[in-house]
Amino acid sequence: MNAADKKRLLREMLYARRFEERCYEAYVERKIGGFLHLYPGQEACVHGVMEAAKPGHDYVITGYRDHVHAIQCGADPKKVMAELYGKETGSSKGRGGSMHIFDVEHRFMGGYALVGGPFPLAAGIGKAIKLQGGDEISICFLGDAANNQGSFHESLNMAAVWELPVLFVCENNLYGIGTRIERSTAVQEQYKRACGYGIEAARVDGQDIETVYEAALKAVDYVRSGKGPYFLELSTYRYRGHSMSDAGAYRTKEEQQEWIKRDPINLFKERLIEAGELSEEDFQSLDKEIIEQIDRDVIPFAEESPEPKLEELEKYVLAENDPWVKGGAQ
Amino acid sequence: MAKLTMAKALNLALAQEMERDKSVYVMGEDVGRDGGVFRITEGLIDRFGEVRVMDTPLAESAIVGVGIGMAVAGLKPICEIQFSGFSYMGIDQLESHAARMRWRSRGRWSVPMVVRAPYGGGVRALEHHSESKEVFYAHTPGLKMVIPSGPRNARALLVSAIRDPDPVVFFEPKAIYRAFREEVPDEEETLPLGKARIVREGGDITLVAYGAMLRPTLEAAEQLAGDGIDPEVIDLLTISPMDDETIAASVRKNGRVVIVHEAQRSFGAGAEIFARLNEKAFWYLEAPMERVTGYDVIVPFFAREKAYLPDAERIVHAARRALQ
Ligand SMILES: Cc1ncc(C[n+]2csc(CCOP(=O)(O)OP(=O)(O)O)c2C)c(N)n1
Ligand SMILES: [Mg+2]
Repeated sequence: MNAADKKRLLREMLYARRFEERCYEAYVERKIGGFLHLYPGQEACVHGVMEAAKPGHDYVITGYRDHVHAIQCGADPKKVMAELYGKETGSSKGRGGSMHIFDVEHRFMGGYALVGGPFPLAAGIGKAIKLQGGDEISICFLGDAANNQGSFHESLNMAAVWELPVLFVCENNLYGIGTRIERSTAVQEQYKRACGYGIEAARVDGQDIETVYEAALKAVDYVRSGKGPYFLELSTYRYRGHSMSDAGAYRTKEEQQEWIKRDPINLFKERLIEAGELSEEDFQSLDKEIIEQIDRDVIPFAEESPEPKLEELEKYVLAENDPWVKGGAQ
Repeated sequence: MAKLTMAKALNLALAQEMERDKSVYVMGEDVGRDGGVFRITEGLIDRFGEVRVMDTPLAESAIVGVGIGMAVAGLKPICEIQFSGFSYMGIDQLESHAARMRWRSRGRWSVPMVVRAPYGGGVRALEHHSESKEVFYAHTPGLKMVIPSGPRNARALLVSAIRDPDPVVFFEPKAIYRAFREEVPDEEETLPLGKARIVREGGDITLVAYGAMLRPTLEAAEQLAGDGIDPEVIDLLTISPMDDETIAASVRKNGRVVIVHEAQRSFGAGAEIFARLNEKAFWYLEAPMERVTGYDVIVPFFAREKAYLPDAERIVHAARRALQ
């Protein structure tokens, strides 16, 4: 990674952080409905992996903590924010909201609310790539608790036995909602579970973007070269509650403080400053510029866009004009 | 007697049944330390310990399946599924096993378990977080499907469900977990499963609803009453087995009926009620039967939730059609 790339990556991580903070505010103002799962603390994971992959070319699929994943695949942050607001201009035409961002043009194959749902879909996308002879790979980002779902085991086995081009990325933040990993999961190092299916696997520090990037390069190369699936475990931590309705009584302030000390953005920033590639002033002006840009472009776009039309409630259920749709409606 | 929300009333039912019967266990994702995402199991772990209030891994199929195993081997598990939309992996176990154990063992085994799940709209979410798929379960012989409509009946029905010798799927209308309070007696109270109740007596038209739809239906009844129409309102309470006799008796009296549910229209509970009224009240009908339901679409995001969910206005409109 050269100095310019590093600076860009730092900017992108900081952008993601500020974007999520604005989502938080909009939710508190009740402009965003439903459930909202935020990403702060985990930025190095998706940014490091996508830096090693080919965003917009490789297929990406994930869970409900999906805004930043979509943006890193190339989705327009304006459309992502509009989606959270439930607006027609949103990336899912305002019908999906926070947990269901889709951006087919950038091969962001979706955020999914059902935990574990994307595993087999990722394997299926890998199967299609393989059958059609493409050089894309299928990347599946999910959490630690998701690995306790049957679909994880069924899909890993199938991906291994068919040598599918799938990179499974496990963002292990130690919790599934309010239950800590050792209370729910027999084997806590998640990469070992992939080893049980004969899948190449590694576990690295998910707070250090350069470490993530190096590990992801290796993983992406492996998968793209046709050797089969790879499982990359990133150990990380989410700062905010699981969703906005989380009281957080299940973890200690001390634990949170420990992790915040290893904040992925700070860590990278300090390293760049130490190497003389960035100054504190550079960082401050970067931050200011990002916040201004979000406030100037992203938020007003979401606020001013129209809601989906009432007459179009039935749209997209089946192909246009399918008699079922009209037949069933009132 | 205390004035409780439905959330607290359900908590009371769980605590009292756990106290009364040592074979009752509570299990599910985050139900222990965290107290459950809707806080229905709050405090139970402190009172009854980790052995009887179990945080499970994120694995609905095994939560339900393990519950079935426990039940056939002599215990009474209450499994919580965080949202009814997450139960689909568990449906395999319910449909394939829970519903058939009694029959398969020719009556030697039973599955005295309860699967509880919040269901329905009203929290500005969509899809799995808002849908109303009670007919998945109601369609399966061997399962009972119960949906309360307020704090007091929720408590009484949950107690009955726990004591029932067969598997009960118990859907809790999440929109009204904390929407209002009711007097709930401290001493135990049960309500029979499979029995509807007449909430409001009237001689002009019958309105049938259940779950969170009871409130807009009662609101519609008030509006109609304001115009001199006297509606009878029936709260179904148990979807399956359905108390068609109570509904049919009312329709034989009134000749007109509107069914209300938030589930999608096609193949919904309303369709089943129509069929039964056709069998039991056809010659008494004075107008075509009406239904006000969700639409045949995926439950949409918050911007359009209001348009999806039946409200008093739509119910009044349908009632007026039936009254013409
Ligand atoms: C099938 C299913 N079960 C339960 C839930 C509720 N739920 C949402 S997220 C979550 C925990 C997931 O934890 P993890 O996979 O570690 O991801 P994280 O939220 O930590 O990113 C649970 C239980 C759900 N959405 N889908
Ligand atoms: Mg997690």
